[in-house]
Amino acid sequence: MTPLHLIRNFSIVAHIDHGKSTLSDRLIQITGGLTEREMTEQVLDSMDIERERGITIKAQTVRLDYKAKDGQSYVLNLMDTPGHVDFAYEVSRSLAACEGALLVVDASQGVEAQTLANVYQALDNNLEIVPVLNKIDLPAAEPERVKAQIEEVIGLDASQALAISAKTGINIEAVLEAIVTRLPPPKEGDPNKPLKALLVDAWYDAYMGVVVLVRVIDGVFRRGQRVKMMANGSVYGVDRLGVFRPKAQDVESLGPGEIGFFTAAIKEVADARVGDTITDEKRGITTPLPGFRPVQPVVFCGLFPVDAAKFEDLRAAMGRLRLNDASFSFEMETSAALGFGFRCGFLGLLHLEIIQERLTREFDLDLIATAPSVVYHINMNDGSVLELHNPADMPDPVHIREIEEPWIKATILTPDEHLGAILKLCQDRRGMQRDLSYVGNRAMVVYDLPLNEVVFDFYDRLKSVSKGYASFDYAIEAYRPGELVKMSILVNDEPVDALSMLVHRGRAEHRGRAMCEKLKELIPQHLFKIPIQAAIGGRVIARETISALRKDVTAKCYGGDISRKRKLLDKQKEGKKKMRQFGRVEIPQEAFIAALKMDGD
Amino acid sequence: MTLGIYIHWPFCRRICPYCDFNVRRWRGEEEAGLLGAICADIAEHGRRLGPQSLHSVHFGGGTPSMLTPQAIARILDCVTGTFGLEDAVEIGLEANPEDAGALPELVGAGINRLSLGVQALDDAALGQLGRGHTAYAALEAIDVAARTGARVSVDLIHSRPGQTLAAWEAELRRALRLEIEHLSAYQLTIEAGTPFAKAAGSGRLLPQDTEQAAQFYELTQALCAEAGFCGYEISNHAKGESARARHNLLYWRGDDWLGIGPGAHGRIALAGQRTATIAWRGLKDYIDAVAQAGIGWESTDALAAEAEGEEMLLMGLRLAEGVDVQRVERLLRRPLSSTGLMQSGLVHAVRPGRLALTLPGRLFADRIAVQLLASEAPVAL
Repeated sequence: MTPLHLIRNFSIVAHIDHGKSTLSDRLIQITGGLTEREMTEQVLDSMDIERERGITIKAQTVRLDYKAKDGQSYVLNLMDTPGHVDFAYEVSRSLAACEGALLVVDASQGVEAQTLANVYQALDNNLEIVPVLNKIDLPAAEPERVKAQIEEVIGLDASQALAISAKTGINIEAVLEAIVTRLPPPKEGDPNKPLKALLVDAWYDAYMGVVVLVRVIDGVFRRGQRVKMMANGSVYGVDRLGVFRPKAQDVESLGPGEIGFFTAAIKEVADARVGDTITDEKRGITTPLPGFRPVQPVVFCGLFPVDAAKFEDLRAAMGRLRLNDASFSFEMETSAALGFGFRCGFLGLLHLEIIQERLTREFDLDLIATAPSVVYHINMNDGSVLELHNPADMPDPVHIREIEEPWIKATILTPDEHLGAILKLCQDRRGMQRDLSYVGNRAMVVYDLPLNEVVFDFYDRLKSVSKGYASFDYAIEAYRPGELVKMSILVNDEPVDALSMLVHRGRAEHRGRAMCEKLKELIPQHLFKIPIQAAIGGRVIARETISALRKDVTAKCYGGDISRKRKLLDKQKEGKKKMRQFGRVEIPQEAFIAALKMDGD
Repeated sequence: MTLGIYIHWPFCRRICPYCDFNVRRWRGEEEAGLLGAICADIAEHGRRLGPQSLHSVHFGGGTPSMLTPQAIARILDCVTGTFGLEDAVEIGLEANPEDAGALPELVGAGINRLSLGVQALDDAALGQLGRGHTAYAALEAIDVAARTGARVSVDLIHSRPGQTLAAWEAELRRALRLEIEHLSAYQLTIEAGTPFAKAAGSGRLLPQDTEQAAQFYELTQALCAEAGFCGYEISNHAKGESARARHNLLYWRGDDWLGIGPGAHGRIALAGQRTATIAWRGLKDYIDAVAQAGIGWESTDALAAEAEGEEMLLMGLRLAEGVDVQRVERLLRRPLSSTGLMQSGLVHAVRPGRLALTLPGRLFADRIAVQLLASEAPVAL
């Protein structure tokens, strides 16, 4: 056990690419956690996708031993937090396990939307913050301007900001000293009290099983101890207890203020819920830590195997992913257009993309994804409230009193030359401006936006209208009533369930027209004319027609042409497999998602 | 088993801008080497296949009418020295109108069917197609050919850039009045990698759109039928059954043929299995291969039953007489999904067990073949 005053628990808050991972690696290296040879680039981001996208999905922690200039040996726990808004709850729990944070800002880029969101979370958790200007070695670095920006935008005193380069190693010692001198030790913690520990995160490890990351508040966590998860009352015997340096190392006990991991006979990650309080089975506490919240999926979409025979494989793959990701949910769904598949729930859009990508990449599955949908609250005339995850399940409108939809608070930072286009985008998406302010030549806009306008391609559009310069972050705010209607798409006079969606009445015609135009491009010509319609109830609001194919025949076909024809046939048969038969019409699978991408909105 | 020989003579005086065959400009020097290789290749095929009788011999190209009568005689000597000939053997040759003067002697050397590459009966169109003859010269050549006593066929190309339906009607009516028993009328196809494809890509050439092309096709069918030319294949019309191109019927019916000469494709039974053979495309490669291995093959590919079934359907569907459904299904080991297409009136049973395209179906031959073969076609919901 380490005395409280020699412990510093901290995290690093930064925007993507501002150097969080590089700084983490430097700190690990300089304190001897890993030898030069063992350092692979960015140790903490261990998943392929995390590394590729430069984001962290699972919170990880590393314990560093640091002998400070005051001669004392400190234990520094560096908590790597998920860096994306979809994982905001996980971030908040990780931050709750710390007393301080390093705010890392790229000295040439300045503050971005994501920096803000995370730094506000850190402030909400009463963390002490040390600003760090990274990439000071770059010719484009403007430390003074960025300092002013930190003071203006965030309201933090930046006069003592550290100017460093994680990449070249400039001033890394100063960072370690600042952690010790400027960040506080854990405030309280009594080893004699009953065990009280925060469940920070949990994940599945192929060798260790479910690994649970904990921060001890009071009492002592010991190997062999029987502990209770307070949210559901389940009890486990602690098999293994340890810390990451960053390699797992067993310890006998963890005292107040310390961060470490334990394993027990926990079957799946869903049994270890982030934010839960862990206590002793017998000598337990009665009041859990505040802030626990069960995971709520925010975005839903249907995932179907391209090859219907792969349904069971998909189920197995989802089960495997769910082992490690309790925030991802799925249940079976049947679609007239797409056959058997699953309705899946995600924390947000990035989460959706990550899961989809992992299913494709790690499990080699070809998937059709339907339009992402948010969760609507349907207030029925009889007073009951339905949660609608799938537009196909929408009840008859005559029984509906009101539909509520989730709204977000979106924060966007952009160079001012793109501001006009961004404001237009937000207005077009039913946004309501809350705030607009300038910091130098950068504008910060805050908008209330309905999530269902953001859920699909808002981020792509934002990138495109700002040439990639705008940064975006959001938080779910509240449910508000909206004039929402179910828009159906009819292909050749038959409704295609997988393409139906809830839209705002005022946006329906625009979206309907865009969908029909897009489908006209995506559905190949058939031997007959195909009408494509968007309809609300029985009323058609947009219509396109795919003209009939006039001819498809090879003029000359003799002995030397046969092999070539057969190769072409193989290709066409492959292409046909990627089609979904709907009535007499074949719809290419990519149409289900591509139809919703609206260019030039 | 019905067996034919295709002999590819790759030389041309000029290369037409729409052509994507294995052709080269003739410079005179390589002829002897290739002739020897072709003869040796035929003889080696004979050794491997054993004694057989031929249903047809076809000289294609390129421009095989540039071969001298002596060269034709030499090749035919080799053919008859290796194989027997059926009584009604067709010995066909593709001829350019420029070679009209040589036709009587070629027929004298053994050719009994001449297929003339007329392409158009309009001088401006002939210029656009890069042809080296005038319409008048073509008409003269047809006259010469008819007087040799050989069976005569003419090739025409329609749906040319800028061509009107009215102009084509006049041109086609004129052709149908000539002393010919067979007409091949092809829609101009812009083949990748040809000068026409390049011109179309840069907008210098404006191909007819599919609507217009469909109208050209429908007009062609109607006019030919009216003139007593039966459309027995998608682009081929004959005055009566005996006038049909017997050699080409081999391809469409799934029979066997040897592919001789640079780049020629064959389908033969080797060790009891239908095999696709492809000869070396390059002139020197082909000659060297024959010198070293005795045979000009670059590759042989034993066809799986399914591939054989697919080929039989792809080709057989082009014929008005249709394709033997049971035979195809036996090879594919699955049924053809024809019910929907029958209901749509695109295919019909010409007689029990034989599936063919209807007249409207002909315009969609390729699409229909895919439809019939899409075994895993999802069940309509």
